[in-house]
Order: sequence, then structure tokens, then C-alpha cells
Amino acid sequence: MSFLTIAFAALFYAATILLVVGLVRRIMLYWKTPAPLKIPTTPAPVTQGGVVLRMFREVVFFESLFKSTKWTWLFGWLFHVALFAVLFRHLRYFTDIEWVMNVVAFVSPLFKYLAFAMIIGLLGLWVRRLFVDRVRYISAPSDHLMLLLLLLIGVSGAMTTFVTHTDVVAVKQFFRALMYFNFSEMPNLPTDPFMVVHLLLVALLMIIFPVSKLLHVPGVFFSPTRNQVDNPREQRHIADWARKLEQ
Amino acid sequence: MAKADFEIPQLNEYPEVPPVVPGTMAHSKPFIAKPEFQEPLNFPGELPDDWHDQAIDAMGDLLGKYRSLQVYLDSCVKCGACTDKCHYYLGTNDPKNMPVGRQDLLRKVYRRYFTFAGKYFPKLVGAEDLTREVLDDWYSYFHQCSQCRRCSVFCPYGIDTAEISMAAREIMDRIGVGQKYCNEIIGKVFRIGNNLGLPEMALADTLEGLEEDVEEETGVAVKYPLDVKGADILLVTPSADFFAEPHVDGLIGYGKVFHEAGVSWTLSSKASEAANFGMFIGSYENMRRVSMRIREAALELGVKRIIFGECGHAWRVAYSFLNTLAGPFDFLDPKYPVPQHILEFTWNEIQKGTLKIDKSGNDDMVVTFHDSCNVARASRMGDEPGGQFKIPRNVIKAVCDNFVDMAPETIHEKTFCCGGGGGLLTDDLMELRVKGAKPRMEALRNVIQEHGVTNMAAICAICKSQFTKVLPYYGMDMEMIVSVHQLVSNAIVLTGQTSEDDDESADDAA
Repeated sequence: MSFLTIAFAALFYAATILLVVGLVRRIMLYWKTPAPLKIPTTPAPVTQGGVVLRMFREVVFFESLFKSTKWTWLFGWLFHVALFAVLFRHLRYFTDIEWVMNVVAFVSPLFKYLAFAMIIGLLGLWVRRLFVDRVRYISAPSDHLMLLLLLLIGVSGAMTTFVTHTDVVAVKQFFRALMYFNFSEMPNLPTDPFMVVHLLLVALLMIIFPVSKLLHVPGVFFSPTRNQVDNPREQRHIADWARKLEQ
Repeated sequence: MAKADFEIPQLNEYPEVPPVVPGTMAHSKPFIAKPEFQEPLNFPGELPDDWHDQAIDAMGDLLGKYRSLQVYLDSCVKCGACTDKCHYYLGTNDPKNMPVGRQDLLRKVYRRYFTFAGKYFPKLVGAEDLTREVLDDWYSYFHQCSQCRRCSVFCPYGIDTAEISMAAREIMDRIGVGQKYCNEIIGKVFRIGNNLGLPEMALADTLEGLEEDVEEETGVAVKYPLDVKGADILLVTPSADFFAEPHVDGLIGYGKVFHEAGVSWTLSSKASEAANFGMFIGSYENMRRVSMRIREAALELGVKRIIFGECGHAWRVAYSFLNTLAGPFDFLDPKYPVPQHILEFTWNEIQKGTLKIDKSGNDDMVVTFHDSCNVARASRMGDEPGGQFKIPRNVIKAVCDNFVDMAPETIHEKTFCCGGGGGLLTDDLMELRVKGAKPRMEALRNVIQEHGVTNMAAICAICKSQFTKVLPYYGMDMEMIVSVHQLVSNAIVLTGQTSEDDDESADDAA
């Protein structure tokens, strides 16, 4: 095995552990921290089913952002939807299940071009961050670097598809071997520089995910203003620490 | 126009998003509470030597108690969706009055002490040490948030700056840096029973005076009872309703509605205040202590129902929190929600047809309605989501022929705060209050010019007081602000009422 292959194998194990452990710990923290008061932003759903619908609209269509500013919504939504489409295509590196492979093969001719939509979305968001004085004011260096990181991931990935035509079979074998700890059959990673950069940055993204603003991904599901049912008069809501005040 | 030693914002025909001008409101801060106002709330009187460590400990404590705080400090992606949504930013240009700008004052300290990135790469993620300068900024800008939650409507994660402001104020209170206005008032509630410090005798006198006034005007003996044991309904209303204009006209209206509905009701000298400033300072313990008076009063008087008068944040605490803080209310009549809003009661009576209405009593007005932030975005009326918008308008339309809404982006859940909510209704913050009222004033002036609106109705004691004070700065008449139940009172014809036309012409002559 080449040094590159061994280094990336180690990197992806480390990145995966950090991502999973970091996220699980954070989600457990959110889960365990009580919400002592009913604070849904009203008008709010009066049933649990209504809350699920509200959350669905928020997560899938970015409903609140749409109410707020159409440009940010357009670029933000474009980026996220394209990212998911592109990620979906990446399933082919991790599975041999036939129907999944068929679906991926079916959507690929369209979905692979969504990399450009993702890049356009990110560029739009960055332009806004650079040129709208209010958004520039609130941006820390990390906010710019996060966009740069995602852009480079998108661009390097697109290059492997549209320019250098990386040996995807070898890449798949590499990741399958990683997943099953099957080191005897691990091939050498292709040395295509775009590929190397792409994988390196993806590992970096995985590592910083649980310690960065990317925590908005689990965060939105735990947001009390969005996930609470508006029924305080019908049902008494009380946190454990607050109940102790009653004794 | 009222005189001011600061520049009064220009009102525009179309709302504009102003450019960022850092520091325009850095000088604005309310008076700090003296030790005597801190101690009744169980807060230290002065900044201790180890205030820094105590503040970080307090932040850690709140992070463990409030999921909202933990999730909101982590989740912001700085997308900018909220940046043009706060009335205080729109009125002052100060970027620390953008919701995210305000949150970041706390978030940068949170990151520094509680996150990996902020501990090891502070410059990269904008994390900062808690210094005296940062604390001063907190005191200034967390008292420039009226906790109106308009930002939370537009945030893709529902981040509510009110939650952040409340936590910041709680941290400051715990290190002896409290705000005089709120803390002095909470102390008065504990000591005397209401925000204004009206003792029982004065209250009884005031109510007696009201009874005389109403009887003189209508010939009908409408009662305004106090501490009547065995009454069906306990009415809890903001103490401003007892004498301030136009609040008291609302109270007169509640009494007329109860009278015509034929129900027995009472006010309580113990719970002679609906307001709960414990919410403004983010103190669960104090908010609970203030709320418990209402439970105790209801038990002592043996009532069957609790109804709240017109008050915005009080209705939030009542509707959303009372069951949590002072429940369960299993000793009340289960046929009725606990608590109810006076508008729910009145609307129900109007639908039943128990009230005789003569809309001509309001013919001299073209009315618009100001949705109070806490009612609009933090509570509900009736059974359906959005009832808090429909029911007040239904009642107004039932008693008044001329109703016009303001621009859609300034009403309902997108309503603008009056500029004086959240514990900022104090003279030491006058500049902030005037500037923060700008978006609402703009929308109001537009309907005045386009539709000849003469009056704006409100259902919040703070809104009513704030507008009364602020309207003149913008060249408008302070008396144009009215209570919704004042409109009801104008239109209701009491059973056995003497000819009101005679009275009216007598008024006109005078």
C-alpha cells in the first residue's frame, strides 16, 4: 500500500470517530437539557402532528428564511438541495445494494450537474457575506473560511467528475475496504490531485463539524420555538429542576 | 412636536434598511439598581471582586437549565436573515442592535469559555474574553432588546434573541448588575402587590370613583368589585388600568361587559397586577414568585375562573407560563381554559348576543390595530392558531364600523414592537424608545395619510403608555391611542341606560 493510502485510511477513521462521537455527545447534550417553559413562536401548531409538519417545512423548504430574505433563501436553499443530491450520488462509493445502485445510476446524469448549482449557491452566499454591510459586520474569519472550504470541496469534486475522470472503481474499493476493515483487499488510492484535495477537505469538514456552526443541523430539530406544541393551557409543562422549586 | 436632545428618525413612505453605523447607541443604558432594589429579588447588591468567575459560572448554570440558550448559542450560522428585522436596528443603525449582533455579545463569551473552537482558536471564530468592557456592552445592549421575538419569526432555526437577552440579564443580576426599573418594580409587587405601588385602600378608592363615574354617565350601577369572596371570576389586570389614560377606559369596558353578561367577578388586592417583570429579567424564580400571588388570590377568593385584562407580556406569562409556574389549576372550573383573555370572554359574549351594541358610539373614529408582540408571537387566543390576530379584530369590527389594517409586513406575526416593551419603558431610555418606535410610527402614518385613520387600538399596557409618550415626538396626537375595551365601552348599551345622546351633547358642549 502506498503511503497516501495508509495516511488517508487513518485520516478517515479518525475523522469518522470525531464526527460521530462529537455529534452524538452534542445531541445528547441538547436532548438532556430541559426546556423549562413553553416558548413556541406563535402562531404555532396545536398538535404534535402539526409540529412535525412545521419542522418538515422548516427543514425541507427553509420556510422562515423564505419569509425573511429571498436572496439568502435562494442561494442557501440551492446550496443545500444540491449538496444533498450530490451526496446521494456518493452512495455508490459505499454500497453494492443493487436497487440503490440503480437509483443512483438513474439520477446521476442529472444530479452530477447539480455540483454547479451547489457552487453557485455558495458563491451567492459569499457575495452576500462580502458586500451586504450588515452581513459583513457579523462575519468572523471562520464564516468566510467555512464557505471557502465548502467551495473547494465542491470544485475539487466537480473536477474529478468533469475534468480528470478519477478511477472511481479504485476509490470505491478503498472505501469499502475501510468500512469492512478488509485491509488485504485495499487498493492504492488514485493519486489524482483533485481527488486528494477533495478527500482531504472532506475529512477536515467531518472533523470540524461538531465544533462549528454546522451544529445548526442537529440544532434546528431541538429549537424550542419550532418544535413545541402550542398547548400550555391544556397540558402542564414543567422541567425537573423547576419542579424542585415547588417542594 | 416633543422636544428631544437627540435626532428623531425621519418617517419614510416605504420602509428602508439603514446602513450600519457602529456605536450609535453605545451610550444608552438604564440606571443600575441600587442594593436595596437587588436584595428583595435575592440578587447581590454590588459587583463582587470575583464577578468574572461568577458570571461564567452563572452562564454555565443557565446553559444546563435552558435548552433554548444552549441550542441557540451553538446554531447561528450568521446568515443575516435577522439583521434587518429588529425595530431598534431600523431606528438606530447600530449593528449591535441587529438580533445576531446582540446575540454575539453573549455568544463570543460563550464560545471562549465553553467551546473547543473558542478555547483554542478564539480569533478565528470571534470568541472573546469576558472583560469589564464586554460587561458594559452587555448592560447597554441587552437593555436595548424588548424581547419582542420578531427576529425568531425570520430565523431559519427559530433563534429567539429574547431568550439570549433574558439569560444575559439573569447573569448580570446574579453579579449585582441589575436594572433599576425592572427590579424596583418587582420589589414593589412583592411588597405591595402591584407595579405602581398602589396600596389596597387607594385601589378601593379608585374603583369606587370609577363606579361613580360610570353611574353618572350611564345611570347604571356597574360594579368594580375588589376582594369579593365567592365571585365566579378573578380579573387580573395591569395596574396601569386603574388610573392611566387610555388604560382606565379599558377597565371601564371590562366592567360593563361583565355587568351585561351577568357574571359575578372581582379584582384582588393581592394580585392587583397582571404584569410580571420577572420574565423581562429572565429570572424563573422571580417570575414564579410573582405568578404565585395569582394562584393564592384565586384560592383565597374561591373563584371558578381567572381572566386577564389587556396586557401583552402579562398575557404571555399567563397563557404560556402560568400553568407551569403556578399550576395545576385543578381547583378551578374545568369548563374554562385557565387563564382566559378578556377578549376571549368579550368575543364569546358578542357571539352569544348578550351585549347590546350601538356602533355609532365609535363613529367619530377610523381605527387601526397594533398587534402587541407578546400576544402576537408568544401566545394565542381562542382554539385556533392565529386567534390572537382574529379575536381582537373581530371585537373591534363588532363595535366599530371603520377599521383599517396597517401594512401586512407590520402586523400579525410580523408586527413591530411599540419600542417600550421588555422592561425598557423608563424615562432613562427615552432616546431608545423614540427611535425604536420608528417602524410602527411609519406604518401608522401611512394609514393615517391613505385611509384617514384617527386612532390606533392596542391591548397592552406597555404599548399604550409607550405610544402615549412617543407619538408627540413624531408629530402625532398622544390621544390617538385607545384601548380595545374602550371601543367596546363606547359602543355597549347597558340595560336600563339613560339616553346617552343627551350625555354626549353635554360632553361636546364642554
